[in-house]
Amino acid sequence: MSGYRHDPAAIRALVRPDAVHRDVYRSQELFDLEMERLWRDTWIYVGHDSQVPNPGDYYSTEIARQPVILLRDDQNEVRVLMNRCAHKGARLVSATHGHCENKLLRCPYHGWTYRLDGSIRTIPMKAGYEGTGLADTQNGRGIASPPAVVNYRGFVFARLNPQGPGFEEYFGGSLTSIDNLVDRSPEGRLEVAGGVLRYMHDSNWKMFIENLNDTMHPMVAHESAAGTAKKLWAGKPEGTPKPMAIEQFLPFVNGYSFFDQMGVHIYENGHSYTGVNFSIHSNYAAVGEYETLMEQAYGAQRARAILGEVRHNTVYYPSLTIKGAIQAIRVVRPLAPDRTLIESWTFRLAGAPAQLLRRTVLYSRLINAPTSVVGHDDQHCYRAIQEGLAAEGNDWVSLHRNYSAGEGAQLAGNYNGTSEISMRAQFRAWQRFMTGEPAR
Amino acid sequence: MSTDEQELVRFVYDEARLVDEKRFDEWYELFTDDAYYWMPLTRGQPDGENHTSLFYEDKLLLQVRIERLKNPHSFSQHQPSFCQHVLQAPRLESAAGGCWVMRTPFTYVESQRDSQILLAGVSWLHLVRSGERLRIRLKKVELVNCDAALPSIQLFP
Ligand code: FES
Ligand SMILES: [Fe+2]
Repeated sequence: MSGYRHDPAAIRALVRPDAVHRDVYRSQELFDLEMERLWRDTWIYVGHDSQVPNPGDYYSTEIARQPVILLRDDQNEVRVLMNRCAHKGARLVSATHGHCENKLLRCPYHGWTYRLDGSIRTIPMKAGYEGTGLADTQNGRGIASPPAVVNYRGFVFARLNPQGPGFEEYFGGSLTSIDNLVDRSPEGRLEVAGGVLRYMHDSNWKMFIENLNDTMHPMVAHESAAGTAKKLWAGKPEGTPKPMAIEQFLPFVNGYSFFDQMGVHIYENGHSYTGVNFSIHSNYAAVGEYETLMEQAYGAQRARAILGEVRHNTVYYPSLTIKGAIQAIRVVRPLAPDRTLIESWTFRLAGAPAQLLRRTVLYSRLINAPTSVVGHDDQHCYRAIQEGLAAEGNDWVSLHRNYSAGEGAQLAGNYNGTSEISMRAQFRAWQRFMTGEPAR
Repeated sequence: MSTDEQELVRFVYDEARLVDEKRFDEWYELFTDDAYYWMPLTRGQPDGENHTSLFYEDKLLLQVRIERLKNPHSFSQHQPSFCQHVLQAPRLESAAGGCWVMRTPFTYVESQRDSQILLAGVSWLHLVRSGERLRIRLKKVELVNCDAALPSIQLFP
């Protein structure tokens, strides 16, 4: 189907309170519109400021299919610039990580140089531009940057549209999940560490995002992985010390009631987290001196509150998911309707024992890697949906679980963990941003 | 019993063949109890504990993978994957303290019906003798594109 661009009513009709039309996962036109609307009008995760620890350091990536540079300027401010030369548009830096020599960005094509705030420093043979009017154009003003950038406790987000919801307004209470992740460092500081796993998915980005708060799938999709681990572990002699890998695998095959009682919390604008009451991370063994260090840093009561908050996955719709209790995040990069790059980054908690990073790194490898048996089954299911939805005869994807007719538009609050309400909430936000209605 | 280079080279070819023929139980038996099957995520990665890897499997995790492949609910393998290693001549890189290190550049194809991935790199086998047999204490697989965005890799490069 096509013709959505100029037809907000047709887009609106794709989302029912309890179901979505299969086109939302399959249509190239809707994908393009997502990049132009939902992904431009909302706050998209760019990177973490510890990726650019020193003035002049940069990290380059893409948001909404546009090349950007995360950069620390000489005033120690973290900035985001478009990775596009003001002259003829060459991408300025091509390395993923690097350092600007002499506090300058230099274009590889004709050698225009820029200060770290994006302004033009030098142009070779500058006299050639005298009287041309270049200075009064965008090209003469230097490198463009996203109109709105916020560094929230190290997490840098940008909004590409000059108009749109404010940062706090957009994320609201969901920022408490980032707070909890950062607070888990006795020094209140995170450092990116342990490398980045880059997993190419041949499926729509929304399947991944929806899956992060889908608690009805682990016991089915991950039975072969976690169930096998459980069986092998059960056969070990009594008293064998429990490896961390087993500790991490086993909760994936917990029963339905576990996931239901875990609870899900819904915020406005598509954000949510599972693990209101407890989560699959609740029963990990204590790590060395960590609790003591936390108590020294925060006092016993506050330390207990921070560590007692063990949320499962928090979705920062549409571009980021985080796991505070395990210090891992996943960044969503949609490439095509059926192609999505998922990057998994991990953090060291500054001032915490090294053992914690080992646990984080292990989890990421077991669950989020292209080589992960858990990842294989997730990715298989996303692909299965992508291919299954090619079938005619039923255009609708059901999101009915625990729906009630009176659900309305205001969904914020706590619900039972196996409800599909997080997905319904995501699509309500999707519908608003795709049809140009403002954020809540 | 002495170990000549010919025996080591033959071991390297046979090891890859067991994987390619999906004789994973026999393959598993080649590893010592303290062995690791390691595929680093970055070039020159110093260890598998403090940095994420693609594989860093001890025997237990290796066993989880192998047993999972037999599980009828391994949905991602209902359409089964097959693989083929193509090895360059293995070379004995070092021999010290009863450990022989073999270096083998390889290409590896993993296919699943109509999709196919091609990987290349260098495989390092650290071999020790236990009783009559040679065993693997470490298999380290360095992919040439370890930092690339990769699709699912479901067997054992
Ligand atoms: S394109 Fe950058 S200087 Fe010409
Ligand atoms: Fe999953």
